[in-house]
Amino acid sequence: MCLAVPVRVVEVLSSDTAIVDLGGVRKEISTALIDDVQVDDYVILHVGFALAKLDAEEAQKTLALFAELEATHAEPA
Amino acid sequence: MKYIDEFRDGKLARQLTAKIAAATSPGRAYAFMEFCGGHTHAIARYGLASLLPANLRLVHGPGCPVCVLPIGRVDMAIELVLDRNVTLCTYGDTLRIPASHGSSLLKAKARGGDVRMVYAVSDALAIARAAPEREVVFFAIGFETTTPPTAVAIVQAAREGLRNFSVLCCHVLTPPAIAAILDAPAAPLDGFIGPAHVSTVIGSAAYDLYAARYRKPVVIAGFEPLDILQAILMLVEQVNDGRAEIENEYTRAVTPGGNRKAQALVAEVFELRERFEWRGLGSIPASAVQIRAEYAAFDAERRFDLAYQAVADHKACECGDILRGVKRPQDCRIFATVCTPEHPIGACMVSAEGACAAHYAYGRILENTQ
Amino acid sequence: MTAKAHYVRPLDLKQGRVDMSHGAGGRAMQQLIGELFVRHLGNEALAQGNDGAVLTGLTIGRDEVAVPSAARDAAQRHPFGERLVMATDSHVVSPLFFPGGDIGALAVHGTVNDVAMMGARPLSLSAAFIIEEGFPLADLERIVLSMARAAQEAGVAIVTGDTKVVERGKGDGVFITTTGIGLLPVGRDVGGARARPGDVILLSGSIGDHGMAIMSARAHLAFDAPIVSDTAPLSGLTEALFASGGEIHVLRDPTRGGLAATLNEIAAQSGVGLLLDEQAIPVKPEVAAACELLGLEPLHVANEGKLVCICAAPDANRLLAAMQAHPLGREAARIGEVIADEHRFVQMQTAFGGRRIVDWLAGDQLPRIC
Repeated sequence: MCLAVPVRVVEVLSSDTAIVDLGGVRKEISTALIDDVQVDDYVILHVGFALAKLDAEEAQKTLALFAELEATHAEPA
Repeated sequence: MKYIDEFRDGKLARQLTAKIAAATSPGRAYAFMEFCGGHTHAIARYGLASLLPANLRLVHGPGCPVCVLPIGRVDMAIELVLDRNVTLCTYGDTLRIPASHGSSLLKAKARGGDVRMVYAVSDALAIARAAPEREVVFFAIGFETTTPPTAVAIVQAAREGLRNFSVLCCHVLTPPAIAAILDAPAAPLDGFIGPAHVSTVIGSAAYDLYAARYRKPVVIAGFEPLDILQAILMLVEQVNDGRAEIENEYTRAVTPGGNRKAQALVAEVFELRERFEWRGLGSIPASAVQIRAEYAAFDAERRFDLAYQAVADHKACECGDILRGVKRPQDCRIFATVCTPEHPIGACMVSAEGACAAHYAYGRILENTQ
Repeated sequence: MTAKAHYVRPLDLKQGRVDMSHGAGGRAMQQLIGELFVRHLGNEALAQGNDGAVLTGLTIGRDEVAVPSAARDAAQRHPFGERLVMATDSHVVSPLFFPGGDIGALAVHGTVNDVAMMGARPLSLSAAFIIEEGFPLADLERIVLSMARAAQEAGVAIVTGDTKVVERGKGDGVFITTTGIGLLPVGRDVGGARARPGDVILLSGSIGDHGMAIMSARAHLAFDAPIVSDTAPLSGLTEALFASGGEIHVLRDPTRGGLAATLNEIAAQSGVGLLLDEQAIPVKPEVAAACELLGLEPLHVANEGKLVCICAAPDANRLLAAMQAHPLGREAARIGEVIADEHRFVQMQTAFGGRRIVDWLAGDQLPRIC
C-alpha cells in the first residue's frame, strides 16, 4: 500500500475540493484531509484524496542525495 | 511528470546500484523486508532485484491489504451481495480474491450480484445518493493510508443524513503487523523498507518503538525506484555500522508527526478492535479498527448483523509463509501450476502487489536465468 | 531451477459461469476460446489461431485447387492465386461515443484490421446490429454515418447486414458485429506462428490511446484528459509495408489486453521469446499520466489503430521507414527482437535498467489502488 501520485493543484474549488493536474490529465479531488491548499502546490494523491503536500525543497535534497558520488556514511565494514 | 520522472532516472539508478554493490560486505548476507505492497510492485515492475548484489535479498512482507484479508471477510462481502441484495462498492483488486466455496466477488457479480468497482469512496457515496432505494455498502480495505478517506466519507454521510450507505470496515494497521513479524522471526531479517504513504499519514515517529524494541533499522522509502534503491543503500549502511534507527528517505512527503488532521478524523470515526485476523499472520491484538458506536448507522457489520467466521486457507496454499517472508513464491508447491493469476488459490496471487502475482508477472525470468 | 510444467486448470463447464475476465483479451479469454469454441467448432481454419482465417481449399482466379493439408504453412506455400480471408469482430464498447470515435467506426476498423493483419486486402463487410428498445434514432443514425465514413476511408463496402431489437434492459444500447472478407495476394505469408529468433519487432505508434480515451469518457472515472482514441483502418499501412518488399513474418493489431497480450500470444504461437526495450515503446505523456493516476500499465491498455510487425532483421530499417512514411505510422519504432526461449517469455529491459517479464493481463483491466 498504497498507490499514490504527486499531482499539481491547478484550481481550488472549495475548502475541501480542488482540481489537480498530472501530465495534462485533470481530476477533481478531495482536499478534506489537508489544510491551506494553494494553486501550484503539489500534493500526494491517493484514492481521490490529497494526503499531504509535497515539500519541493526536500524533493530537491533527495534528488541531490541520489546524485552524490560518495556514500554518505561510514566506510563499508 | 514532475516528481515522478526524476525519481526514475536510469543514470542515477546505475550510480546507486554501484554504491550499493560497493557498500555490501562480500562475506555477509543482507535480508531486508519491504513491508508495503506498493514497494513489492515497484520492485518487480522495475526489475530492481536484478540490479542488486547476490548477497542482498529482498523479502516481501505482508503490506498488501488484499493479501492479508482473510477469506471470512470476503465471505461477508459476498453474503451482502448475494443474500442481502446490497450494492457493494469496492476497490479493484478485491474482486478476484478467492473466498469460500470457490467463490469471489467477481463470480458473485456473474451470478447477478450488484458489485461495482469504484476508484474512490466518494464514488460509493454518489451511488448511494443516486439510488436511495438501494442499500449501498462500501467494502473498506487498506492500511492507514486508505483509512482517512473512509473516515471522510462516513462523516460526510452522517452530515447529509444518508440513510442507505454503510461501510464494511476491514482497515488494518501497519506497526502491529511489523511487530508480529518481528515477534516470530522465521527468517532472519536485517531491516525494513518502511511504507511510503502509510508513513505520510502516521508519521515517521510512529516506528520509533519498533526500532528500539527490536533493534532493527527501518528506512521509510518513497514509491519510485530511486527512492527504493536509496533506502536499500541506507539500510546496508546501518547494518554495516551496527545501527538500528528510523531513517526517512521520503522526506518530501513524510514528516515525524505525519498528517495530524487525518489522524484526528480517523480517531473520531474509528476505534481499535480488540483483535483482528490477518491471513497468514493469525489473530493480532489491536491491529485493526472498527467504526465507533456514534457512527453505528454506517457500520455494515452492525446494520446487517454480520458475524465473522474464520475460514482456513486452502490446504496447499502457502500464502501465510510467504506473507511472513519465510518462503518465496517459487517455494510454494502450487505456484504457477495450480495457483495462477487466472485461478488464484490464495490472495498473494490476486493482488498486483502480492508477492506471488508480482513474481509471476515480472520475476519468473530470474529463476530461469540463475 | 526451471519453471514447473505448465498446468492449466480446465474450465468448469458444468458449474462455471462466464465472467468479465473471459472478455478481457487475456489468458482467461484464450482459455474460453480454446476449451469451448475451438474444441467443438474446430477445423483447420479455426485452428490457425489468427485474427482472421485463410479459407484453404478456396482460390480465386486459377484452375488448381489448394492442396488439402493439415499444415497451414504447406497450404500457404502453394501460389495458387489469391485466397479468401474472413474475419469477424463484435463491438460492445461503452460509452458508444468517445473522444476520437464511436462504436460504428470501431466496428468497421476492427474487422478491416483483422483482415489486413492476415496480409489480405479487405473487400466487403457485413454488419449485424442488436439494438436495445428505446435507443434514440438520432444516435443510431450518427453511428451508421460514422460507419459509412469509415468504410469509405478504408475502401470497403458494407454489403449485407441484419437488424434485431431486444427489449429494454437486455442490451447495452447497441451491439454491432461485423464480418469481413478480403483477398490474400499470392506470396504473402504472415501469421502468429511465423516469428523466428533474430527477427525484429516493430510497433506502428503510441500505445494505450484507445483504452484511456474510453476510461476518460466513462462517467464513473471522472477526469477530462485530452486523450483521443486511435481507432483507424490499417489496411493502407499494411499495403505500404508489403509494397516496400521487406520480409514480414507477423502482423497483428494489439486490441483488448494491450500490447502485452498480443506479444504473449505471438510468443506462444511461434514458440519463441521476445525481448523488448521499454524506452523504445512510444507512450503519449497524457496516456502515461492517466495510467499513473489509475494504476494501470500502458502495455495492458487497448489500442484500435496500431500494429505490431515482426520481420526479418535485414529488412527492419526498410519496413520501419515505410511505416514512418505513412500517416498512421509516423511514431513507429523498433521496440525489440525475437529470441530463442523455451519458456516463451516476453521480457523487457526497463527504462530504469532492470529486466522483467511482461505478462498477459490476468483478468479484466482493474485500476489499482495499491
